[in-house]
Amino acid sequence: MKSTQIRQFLYQAVSLGMIIASALMVWKGLICITGSESPVVVVLTGSMEPGFKRGDILFLYMSKDPIRAGEIVVFNDGRKVPIVHRVIEVHERRDTREADILTKGDANDMDDRVLYTSSQHWLQQKYIKGRAVGFLPYVGYVTIIMTEKPVIKYILLSALGLLVITSKE
Amino acid sequence: MHSFGYRLNALLTFAVTILALMCAMGSLSDNLNTPSPSAEIQIMNINWFQKQPQGNDEVSLTMNISADLQSLFTWNTKQVFIFVAAEYETPKNSLNQVSLWDAIIPAKEHAKFWIHTSNKYRFVDQGNNLRGKKFNLTLHWHVMPKTGKMFADKLVMTGYSLPEEYR
Repeated sequence: MKSTQIRQFLYQAVSLGMIIASALMVWKGLICITGSESPVVVVLTGSMEPGFKRGDILFLYMSKDPIRAGEIVVFNDGRKVPIVHRVIEVHERRDTREADILTKGDANDMDDRVLYTSSQHWLQQKYIKGRAVGFLPYVGYVTIIMTEKPVIKYILLSALGLLVITSKE
Repeated sequence: MHSFGYRLNALLTFAVTILALMCAMGSLSDNLNTPSPSAEIQIMNINWFQKQPQGNDEVSLTMNISADLQSLFTWNTKQVFIFVAAEYETPKNSLNQVSLWDAIIPAKEHAKFWIHTSNKYRFVDQGNNLRGKKFNLTLHWHVMPKTGKMFADKLVMTGYSLPEEYR
């Protein structure tokens, strides 16, 4: 009696571990394929409206191609949260092939100079983490709710854990 | 095996899978569209052209922009973001791209237009290289879909140049 109970419990634990491990593999695999540290991001602000609204998700891809004006990029120059805005100016140096970049949100009147940390006039190419290539509306709103009201995240996770453990296979 | 919980789970999984499939198909249908956009930009006037206190050249100009971008729209298009950029090279920089004006086209009916405007964003160089400078004006468009892959392309118009002297 006891050994079958233990076996069942171990089986549940391994199943849970498998789910978590495969989710992690998919995520890390995506990071490798897209060349971006965060291949999927959630739009957090309304600065790119009406194109991207809060809660939409963006698919990112980072290629070695040089950054050009018009591209929608995600950059993080040492801030808490990365920003998704459009490149409006590019000055590429002849000698180093590095570029000075200026970005601006579509819905903002001002460019992003005030946002760049350490009062830089230009954004450097190294801070760009990826280009937005695809988009899905609304899907990311769940993430926003879970970040802004962490209670919901705990409730959801514990309910999920409970479901897995108590399911009779 | 046939409890409410299992049935709900199966239904939801199926629904989400179908939704994801429909989004992907919607996005793929955009590839069937072959756009044929056209545009023309005329520089009506150089309003002023000066060297700024910090030392960089700046120019203000008025343009006449006319374009027909209706062929870019599909049923899966939410909006088309367009902008006009000046592209030129300088001794220090192999490429400079400066956005002068942009607009959002929300629907196909608004995609055929004509506008007389001065540059929305400042045309400032990194240095003093703009006197007599030859440059291209490019009209870029960025098709933002309701779901899926975004498309971007541009039309390059050559043959523009700035005055030899400040004014």
